[in-house]
Amino acid sequence: MPWLLLVFVLLTAAGLYGGLYLAPPDYQQGDSYRIIYIHVPSAWMSLFIYVVMAAAGAIGLVWRIKLAEIVAISSAPIGAGFTFIALVTGSLWGKPMWGTWWVWDARLTSELILLFLYLGVIGLYGAIDDKRTASRAVAILALVGVVNIPIIHYSVEWWNTLHQGATVTKLDKPSIHVSMLIPLLLMALSFKFYYLIALLQRARIELLLRERNAQWVKNMISLGEKR
Amino acid sequence: MNWQAFFAMGGYAFYVWTAYGVTLLVLVANIMIPVVQRKQFLRRQALKLTRSAGAAKHHRSRQTENTEEI
Repeated sequence: MPWLLLVFVLLTAAGLYGGLYLAPPDYQQGDSYRIIYIHVPSAWMSLFIYVVMAAAGAIGLVWRIKLAEIVAISSAPIGAGFTFIALVTGSLWGKPMWGTWWVWDARLTSELILLFLYLGVIGLYGAIDDKRTASRAVAILALVGVVNIPIIHYSVEWWNTLHQGATVTKLDKPSIHVSMLIPLLLMALSFKFYYLIALLQRARIELLLRERNAQWVKNMISLGEKR
Repeated sequence: MNWQAFFAMGGYAFYVWTAYGVTLLVLVANIMIPVVQRKQFLRRQALKLTRSAGAAKHHRSRQTENTEEI
């Protein structure tokens, strides 16, 4: 855990230093584009975590592995957080650049649906008392929602939208200068580490809550008492 | 480095720093919530454990009293 935190802090510091200070202002957007260093990595994470959640859900569904169920449900609030960040920072970027906080276009709407899917997963899990049943229900919901992931990714190509197309994740060379690209990739990596840290914290309490009647939890607690 | 210019963000200070502030808030919350939950859980369970241990002891001592009477 401490070394994970250290890697995260170092990556974030390097990414922010590169992005907020070293990288030059954009020739069209001035300094407002610097929102990119949290907006884009958050949006990537919102998709990545959803896929992890659905995959872990599927593994739990097929092989009944408790750990997979815990990874799936522990991912949901973190993914919801990143989706919320992507939406809010996008809105804060849209206002000065597009002249509006929000438009109901394909990219923005599909990302909003992603937030609702995450909230649906969290709500459904909370509504069912038996957590093993809850995990199965949640996994099915998450798997159905996977259809939204390619829609979000390709929305900027399939429909006319205010949102700009991909500048990094495309097959030919990225159309972003290397001085802006490196901090962006650093931040993307730093958010991956953040996910790992947050996931471990979530999984710990989720496991304890599920196994609170197990002997090993009782032993751990009585040991903690004596200390 | 010119701090004033840095914080001004070319006139976009409100948008840029609000975006970074919201991000920081959400990221910190998503770490702190499970940590606080775990601490609360451990405190609650420890209390329960000492209570049930106390009750068992009490129960046992009452039983021995009863057998002595007989």
